[in-house]
Amino acid sequence: MTLIRNQVLFTLVIASVAAVAASGFVAYAPNRLISGKPIALWEAASLPLTIIIVLIGALLLAMCFAAPSRSLHYAEAGLAAALLLLVLVAAGEAANTLAVGAKPAVRISLGAAFWVLVSCAALAVVDALQRLGAGPITRVLAVAAICAGAALLAAAGTFEGLSIAREYATRRQLFADALVRHMALVAGSVGPAIVIGFPLGVAAARNPPLQGPLFAVLNVLQTIPSIALFGLLIVPLAALATAVPQLAAVGVGGIGVAPAIVALVLYALLPVVRNTSTGLSGVDAAVIEAGRGMGLTRLQIFRQVELPLALPVLLAGLRIVTVQAIGLAVVAALIGAGGLGTFVFEGLGQYAVDLVLLGALPAIFLALAADFVLQTLAAVLRRRMAP
Amino acid sequence: MIEIDKVTKSYRERVVVDSLSLTVGAGELCVLLGSSGCGKSTTLRMINRLIPTDSGSIRVGGEDVTLVPAEALRRRIGYAIQSIGLFPHWTVEDNIATLPRLLKWREPRVRDRVSELLELFRLDAPSYRGKYPHQLSGGEQQRVGVARALAADPELLLMDEPFAAVDPITRDALQGELAHIHRATGKTIVFVTHDIEEALRLATVIAIMDSGQIVQLGAPLDILERPANDFVRDFVGRQGLGLKLLSVRKVSDRLRRGETAEGEPLALDASLGEALSAMTARRTDRLPVCDAEGRQIGVIALADLVR
Repeated sequence: MTLIRNQVLFTLVIASVAAVAASGFVAYAPNRLISGKPIALWEAASLPLTIIIVLIGALLLAMCFAAPSRSLHYAEAGLAAALLLLVLVAAGEAANTLAVGAKPAVRISLGAAFWVLVSCAALAVVDALQRLGAGPITRVLAVAAICAGAALLAAAGTFEGLSIAREYATRRQLFADALVRHMALVAGSVGPAIVIGFPLGVAAARNPPLQGPLFAVLNVLQTIPSIALFGLLIVPLAALATAVPQLAAVGVGGIGVAPAIVALVLYALLPVVRNTSTGLSGVDAAVIEAGRGMGLTRLQIFRQVELPLALPVLLAGLRIVTVQAIGLAVVAALIGAGGLGTFVFEGLGQYAVDLVLLGALPAIFLALAADFVLQTLAAVLRRRMAP
Repeated sequence: MIEIDKVTKSYRERVVVDSLSLTVGAGELCVLLGSSGCGKSTTLRMINRLIPTDSGSIRVGGEDVTLVPAEALRRRIGYAIQSIGLFPHWTVEDNIATLPRLLKWREPRVRDRVSELLELFRLDAPSYRGKYPHQLSGGEQQRVGVARALAADPELLLMDEPFAAVDPITRDALQGELAHIHRATGKTIVFVTHDIEEALRLATVIAIMDSGQIVQLGAPLDILERPANDFVRDFVGRQGLGLKLLSVRKVSDRLRRGETAEGEPLALDASLGEALSAMTARRTDRLPVCDAEGRQIGVIALADLVR
């Protein structure tokens, strides 16, 4: 296999080819309740576009056999990014063409080949950046360029014919509200989790005997399935709201935002506490000893030495917690907390896959964005931690 | 400079330092010498209160250390350790400048001090000040560690096996630099080691410790010539004692003034060990000796070494 110089890219290209050959690029359904008939890429997209996509695929395939070099990896990243955007264009174009003259109830949804192509193209960009050893700035620029391209396409109305855009069009205001509510749920649970978890983590690092019982409790919390935890909280919170009417007046109750926030905070505690504690314990004892020996106070050592040295681990904890909260907040819609999960469960109830996607895709995008931002921040901080 | 008076420290019944008394005069380089677990590090760390004493008193510069806040005390005392403990996220300059900045020195003065210390340790200031600790070799890290301990010009320097973790060649160079700094600055230094050669080379006074007590206190030559008991005799080593004596005695003790000899002259403060080594290498039994100004003032002969 020495012939293939880039096995990751090779696998991605082969997977894409197989998906395009074997499955539909978009699906055509007479209405939203019937599952669609798959339409292949070459039938869905215009001929020139199909040819360009195939050509880019062939070029990427050829690059798997070329000797690695920086310019080659730049070309890979550029081609893969272009492919990603062209696949988006092809999907939009297909939907707009198929929708012309069709009844308004007709739905054109995205097929398996589309998802595989988009994922593989994105992974190819990531792989090329990895091989380039790209720093945070390059990564941010690459992601920004792709997002800007997609945003421009959306603004130009490329995606209007797609069923997911139709679902969005009928729920613009609801969607905006759900998105804001979703982010509020995440911020409203990650914030308190840090306020509670950080001191606990510091205490655990300072006082190792505390770690056993503390982590035992937090681990148990972490293993309760989210739906079960939401359910378990209904009774005590409802009772609390009845007993203390003032709390009920500010919205505390068995269902709604209050139990969602409580559950999300409980889930977030373990990663926050654990990463705070490991991060601080990981600081070399000799460094602290030297600091004490020079006459730094405990607070000075904590702020100038321990905290900056533990920061990458602390940020990793924040990243885990944020991504986890974005995912779990989807489930919180079940107990009436709102958020993007509303569309997911509404869609599941109506067997409307596009409605499910209207909730799920933004949630996935939020999680990826949060992950990317916090990872970039950690990388920047790790590079330069000046006093 | 330091007066330790009947200090005791135990951990759960185990006595680590046992009613120890020791006075170190200003400008001395006092080496606490002993095997591991003898209480030498604990004694050192009680001087700057990293470890509290159980009983007894310690005075630094005539002042009881427990009457000053611990942080204020430590800022007056330099401290260098085997594991160095440089702050990995700070540059060499920031590391050395830690205490001066804490003491609110003006920034130009801080920069000058950093340059001065780097030059003292033969590190090129412009290229080294911006480096991070992980970019330095072990020896360079330890030089920066000691420079950091000296940064705020402390009256007293405590060193806990600072050169134990570096390779022999680097250790030799670092010992030479420390001896030079001690002579040049006249600082009082308390130095902990288990290495007898290191102690003989650096110390003006050696305190040999065993089971939390000082077994013998004296100048290096004293310890070699008149060991107080069998423990000291074993510790300094029965074998190779003669060579150790040669390494401690100076050429100036055995000089034949006025006589002359051919060849590269030895310095007056070279050890007799160095003289023997030079004679062996040059296959001669007489070497010229010069004073600090480089004038030839006499001769050292092979027979004088064993007198």
